[in-house]
Amino acid sequence: MTKTARQFSVTAALLTLLIALFLLTFLIVPVLNVIYIAFADVGSGVTFSHFAAFFGISLMQESFWNSLTVAIASVFFASLIALPLAYLTIRFDFRGALLVQTLGVLPLIMPPFVGAVAMQLIFGRSGSINLLLIDWWGFSIPVMDGLPGVIFVESLHYFPFILLNLTVALNNIDSSMEESAQNLGAHGLRLFRRIVFPLAMPGYVAGASLVFIKVFDDLGTPLVLNVTNMLAPQAYLRITSVGLEDPIGYVICVIMVAFSLMALWLSAQVLKGKDYSTTQRGGSSLARRRLSPIQSFFAYGWIGLLLLLVLSPHIGIVLLSLAKVWSFSVLPDAFTFDHFKTVIADSPQMIMNTLLYCGLAALLDVILGTAIAYLILRTNVPGRQALDFMASAALAIPGIVLAIGYLRTFKGMTLPGMSDPVTSLWIMIAIAYAIRRLPYALRSCMAALQQVSVSLEEAAENLGAHKRRTIQRIVVPLMAGGILAGFVTSFITAAVELSATIMLTTTQSDAPMSYGIYLYMQSIAGRGPGAALGVLAVIIVALGTYFSHRIISSRALQTAAASSGGKLE
Amino acid sequence: MKSGRVECKNIALSYGNTQVLKDITLSIEPGEFFALLGPSGSGKSTLLRLIAGFNFAQSGLLTIDGEEITQLPPWQRNIGMVFQNYALWPHMTVEKNVAFGLEERKLPRAKIAKKVSDVLALVGLSEFAHRRTNQLSGGQQQRVALARTLAIEPKVLLLDEPLSNLDAKLRVQMRQELKSLQHRLGITTIFVTHDQEEALSTCDRIAVMDQGVIQQIGTPMQLYDTPVNRFVANFVGTINFIEGDIEHTQSGAMFSSKLLGRISLPKHPPSASLFRATMALRPHTISISAASHPVTTTLPINVTGQILDREFLGEFVRYRVDASGTELIVDKSHQPGGEIYAAGNIVTLSFSDQALRLVSA
Repeated sequence: MTKTARQFSVTAALLTLLIALFLLTFLIVPVLNVIYIAFADVGSGVTFSHFAAFFGISLMQESFWNSLTVAIASVFFASLIALPLAYLTIRFDFRGALLVQTLGVLPLIMPPFVGAVAMQLIFGRSGSINLLLIDWWGFSIPVMDGLPGVIFVESLHYFPFILLNLTVALNNIDSSMEESAQNLGAHGLRLFRRIVFPLAMPGYVAGASLVFIKVFDDLGTPLVLNVTNMLAPQAYLRITSVGLEDPIGYVICVIMVAFSLMALWLSAQVLKGKDYSTTQRGGSSLARRRLSPIQSFFAYGWIGLLLLLVLSPHIGIVLLSLAKVWSFSVLPDAFTFDHFKTVIADSPQMIMNTLLYCGLAALLDVILGTAIAYLILRTNVPGRQALDFMASAALAIPGIVLAIGYLRTFKGMTLPGMSDPVTSLWIMIAIAYAIRRLPYALRSCMAALQQVSVSLEEAAENLGAHKRRTIQRIVVPLMAGGILAGFVTSFITAAVELSATIMLTTTQSDAPMSYGIYLYMQSIAGRGPGAALGVLAVIIVALGTYFSHRIISSRALQTAAASSGGKLE
Repeated sequence: MKSGRVECKNIALSYGNTQVLKDITLSIEPGEFFALLGPSGSGKSTLLRLIAGFNFAQSGLLTIDGEEITQLPPWQRNIGMVFQNYALWPHMTVEKNVAFGLEERKLPRAKIAKKVSDVLALVGLSEFAHRRTNQLSGGQQQRVALARTLAIEPKVLLLDEPLSNLDAKLRVQMRQELKSLQHRLGITTIFVTHDQEEALSTCDRIAVMDQGVIQQIGTPMQLYDTPVNRFVANFVGTINFIEGDIEHTQSGAMFSSKLLGRISLPKHPPSASLFRATMALRPHTISISAASHPVTTTLPINVTGQILDREFLGEFVRYRVDASGTELIVDKSHQPGGEIYAAGNIVTLSFSDQALRLVSA
């Protein structure tokens, strides 16, 4: 090995060590700590007594089954929404495709707990819809009460995960897969059942498992809907009311992590060896058909209905932010800009905090993501796979578990020269955000680096650039699209994170917007300003999403142009 | 296997304003191994997909054994197609892939099992029945695709660039296997390719296509020896073109050019309206000798030229020669110790007037 090559591998090893240390400190140790406490005996040794105690409490049993029911039911209803939409856009040639794409993004730009408040005003016991129903026909639908309310909000919020994954999977099926089946005599529903659906299955499973995890771990939505007999709210309530010493809170955390891991493991089992993406260079995806007039009528009708449903939290939150009074009426009685004025006067600090924490978290994510991606794909440093594993494991860690882990692990610690405990520093919020988003940023960076051909780097080295210069001048610029997309995704999802925020925010001045919205929403009088702050958050997130979409699609165009040249016969 | 006669009558197909197939008329005999040869965008794959039922003609008729199938959906045609990328379903084993068409035809289970093992044996893949398709090599995947198609006993077998995804050695081997299998089964086969060597070496007859039009149909030898136009002459093999004028005299038509002077055109007299014309001349029909030591040949036409450069291709040496301003390619078969010319050498080129062929633009 030459001297510079040795230097480079030493640098790579040091970098690996540094990242590993960071992940150990802020992910592995806190989570292990939580697990340890759930199993630790008073004296010493391992015990299942805390678990026994947990299942001895009827509220806990109920919470466990409720969380499971809500997660499974949400996957079911989200699938019910997403499956026809995905099929419509891929299979048929109609103008609604753009509409469906919009549908696929709109719910994601609104934090579910913000949406929940608006949904209550529209679909709640005395919400607009039920008021109309009572007026006209004298009955109401209690869709927002209790668990159904949570399921309703979660399904509407998370169905895009299934829609997007399924659309990609369907898009990746080469038309020849279907044509060869037709050639051998299959058509219609049999063709769909035997060829198209099995090939799209991996995409569906990936999306569905993500929905399961997200719903199972969600804290904000049940809290805002006042449903506390579920696992995440119980963990929050136990830790905040009984205290950090209460083992039941830790047991709940372990159960949540276990179920997330199980969902990931199950989907990995299903996906194992099933990279069914079959489109090839010069190939085309499934043939599109034209809809008959009757089919179009139903397709547009269905999409229109869904769009209305999906938009209802957005409409509701805007109305609420502008409403002087909105109570027991279909629409607000009078409108005002006062809530926005209040928010802008009261909480510029919160907006600044969100920008600061999320910007920092996103920056940390793309730096870590790029570094890990490079170490994995371009070096043979020992332990690089462990980095990937650790970073990806964060996917299975609910925000509340991570936050409790921090509170417990860093309890009483202070940094030299500071009087405040580590756990009360705002930087902990930013780090928690970064750890939670790292899996997504890492995937984004990995995908970007995979598209950079090694020969482009070799060409630079051949012309005299050493490793660091090559990374700086060739690799990072070529990955820029992916890195930027990773940054934006991390930023916007962190901006609406509530579960870690709610545990780690110690003072009003350190609170980000998501916490502020939650606080406002606690009182009837605060709902207006809360909604106004929510609208601002949605605008920030929407802008971020829009720009990341533009970046990704322009990048996709470039790659498509670079790899095209297939035949047109 | 029953094999079918495929007939296309005046088939036309356009996408929007682009005419992809123009007035295609074609008759393929039962049991024939037929190639559609042409460059990218010539319409050959479109025609193949039309026969399979994935495209539909705006006008014209498509019949198999006299039965019209122009509007029949693909799944009712019983025409087997092997796709360029093989299109093996990754979620099924080799066996399941092969059984698919038989299951769609609702054959009894025992019959399916028998048939599947028969066709897998036919392509020599019996021991791979339970493998996943992505665990096979390119050549094996191709055989599975072929077995899957043959299992349904199609009336016609369509092959869409079946060899293009294989490496050079394997391509030649598969080409021979395909040919012998086709002869054994006697199934009407239509083979799409852009590789003239593949078409010439494998097929009974070839239709050369360009810009949606069939330029010429013939046996490989007919296409090579008597191309009807510049496109066919150029696409099938390597060729020299000599531009010149037609003079109509009382003794018949004469071709006059700077290179050849005036030569008479005994065969295929051109129409009286034609004044500019092109002569085609295959590189291997020209013999080459050093001008300083002219070899006496019986060949009637002799011209002088200067070597521009040469390529050694193993079986022969290809010279580029400047002859009075016309650039000619000359292939001289290579013998160890044979004479080699260098760039700048003055040489004599000799050929028979029988080797010259008048082609239309």
